[in-house]
Amino acid sequence: MGMNRREVIKAGVLVGGGVVVAGAAVLKDRLATGSTDPVGKETVRSLPVLKSVPQQREEDPLLRMQRELVHAMAKPVEQRRWMMVIDTRKCVGCHACTIACVAENKLPPGVVYRPVITEEMGEFPNVQLRFTPRPCMQCDKPPCVPVCPVKATWKRPDGVVAIDYDQCIGCGYCVTACPYNARTRDLGEYYTHDAAVGAPDGEDRPVQGPHNSWEDQTSHEYAKGWSRKNHDSPTGNARKCHFCLHRLEVGQLPACVTTCIGRATYFGDANDPESLVSEMAIKPNSMRLLDHLGTKPSVVYLI
Amino acid sequence: MRTSFKAAALVLWVGLMLFGGAGLVERLSNGHQSAAYGSYIVWGLWVSAYIYFIGLSAGAFLLSSMIYVFGVRQLERVGRLSLFVAIVTLFMALLSIWFDLGRMERFYRVFTSPNFSSMMAWMVWLYTAYFLLLLAEFWLVMRPDLARWTAEGGLRGSLGRLLALSGGPLTEEQNAWGSHWVKVLAAVGIPLAIAFHGGVGALFGTVSARPYWHTPLVPILFLTGALVSGGGLMAFVVSVFWPQRDEGYRQTVAFLGRAILGLLALDLILEWAEFSIPMWYGIGHENDLLMRMLFGEFWWVFWVVHIGLGSALPLVLLLAKPERPWAVGLAGLLIALTFMAVRLNVVIPGLIEPTLQGLQDAFVHPRLIFSYVPSLFEWQVTFFIVGVGLALFYLGHRFLPLTGEREVQA
Repeated sequence: MGMNRREVIKAGVLVGGGVVVAGAAVLKDRLATGSTDPVGKETVRSLPVLKSVPQQREEDPLLRMQRELVHAMAKPVEQRRWMMVIDTRKCVGCHACTIACVAENKLPPGVVYRPVITEEMGEFPNVQLRFTPRPCMQCDKPPCVPVCPVKATWKRPDGVVAIDYDQCIGCGYCVTACPYNARTRDLGEYYTHDAAVGAPDGEDRPVQGPHNSWEDQTSHEYAKGWSRKNHDSPTGNARKCHFCLHRLEVGQLPACVTTCIGRATYFGDANDPESLVSEMAIKPNSMRLLDHLGTKPSVVYLI
Repeated sequence: MRTSFKAAALVLWVGLMLFGGAGLVERLSNGHQSAAYGSYIVWGLWVSAYIYFIGLSAGAFLLSSMIYVFGVRQLERVGRLSLFVAIVTLFMALLSIWFDLGRMERFYRVFTSPNFSSMMAWMVWLYTAYFLLLLAEFWLVMRPDLARWTAEGGLRGSLGRLLALSGGPLTEEQNAWGSHWVKVLAAVGIPLAIAFHGGVGALFGTVSARPYWHTPLVPILFLTGALVSGGGLMAFVVSVFWPQRDEGYRQTVAFLGRAILGLLALDLILEWAEFSIPMWYGIGHENDLLMRMLFGEFWWVFWVVHIGLGSALPLVLLLAKPERPWAVGLAGLLIALTFMAVRLNVVIPGLIEPTLQGLQDAFVHPRLIFSYVPSLFEWQVTFFIVGVGLALFYLGHRFLPLTGEREVQA
């Protein structure tokens, strides 16, 4: 019985060889994950394409609109005509545009430029939701402009209805005159003024105190710096959507356009017949809100 | 008895001013934060109070103009009082609308950079002209008495010399010159008052985005409303504050009673037209708004305050006791006080519905809702203004010869 010497050596070589081979295999595997090529075949991009999700054949409309924006901004201001097209069939009611706008323009409580109107249609069990984002319509015949007693609001050559916060006396007349409720009144509120904070003992308590300093951050509307500190304008003024003029100036699309997860909002120059908005605005399913009022809005809806 | 009544009135007034003064402090330190209006119902109690007070002013003034221009002899004696009430209520109106501005310190821009396509700019320019005219006319009618003061010593004497711009009593010539110009100013004042208060109505009527306001009858309703509420106020003021209780007093009050009876009837007919036309077939947006105003949550503002206390009861009083000064005075007070309900029912229902259905659920915040009840703070500020107005009226009544005869007898 027992193994002779030769057999023992043979077994030892086999076991040892196996260990070395296994170790080398493990080592090789580990080393392979440390590839330094971020876009090579070994990365996640080499994963198989899922059949159920069609690949995007065309480029993202944002890229096209971005190019068109740069092109339009190279023209004199009176030669461009901003237009927005909103495809309501693509809107899922996520309110990302509303929030992006609030963040972009540092909007205080009670002021909103682009709410998404939510309507429930039908009765249970046949219920549907309809979403209608509502920016300022930038009307060609704006009812809010002629009512201003101090010439603080006007129609720009590029079609945007602007407000001079330094001139507005805050009477609220324009707010009543807008049939879209697109103007709101900045009544000087803060989110954190007298807000409750967690006390050390774990109970919330109201704090009589000033607002948090982040609420004084400068907004860049109309390409100027506005801080609501010390009740400065735009506190007390009428406020409205301005198609993010300050972003357009630096070659950026409006905040609501870039943040729309469904690419439901198109923006561009209506004077450019090649632009995406010009293509979209003439679709037979296009309509304008409250068209019968004769305000001639620059915002078009696809339904 | 009389002193205790005065003391009680003083205590009430001080209480009113303390209550209102707290609101004023809040308004000046924290702006609009305690107000209940917001971004959708953008006008509330203060704008309603503004058109209420300014209506009282226009009404009282038109009444005084009738006297000076058309020489309505029965009312001759209340001319100064009417002018003074018109000045005080106009001042109250301007205070109300000033507190409503988002940026109070910029009010002067309506004068430095006016936009004359705006009905609001027109209104401000017209009521400024009206204010100046009121002051000039008031000064002219008061001047003979102020000049008589110059003969006295003390405060009244120096006040008389300062205000009358005259060393002694006026000559016949000066008096004739004065009454000529009073007539001219009153004549100019009639179209001016009609234009400016019609303009206040047109400020609402021209807003095509608000179907509730956008009717051609609105400026006319504002004028009849001014006449009936201002006339009512004058009937009350004359019946209570007139020094002599003679036959002339009874006749004057009875005349005022007949005037407000007619004006009230006219106002109710126009109101019927304004409401019944859009409501007759019960279909349409304006019908829904009116239904909400008449039978909604605040139905009692229209039915109890305006129709019951402000129309039916005064009609009964004026028809049943037309010769009794107390009845006419009470009817006038009821009409004048309750007209605030009519003003609230102009401003708020016009804004109560979103023009785009679903907006009320789009972005949730207390400032972005379509319901409105004035907050305590808003009432405080309004009561402060009422307190200021009462004080001004009392001071005028006490120290100025507003009811001419008293001076003559003295």
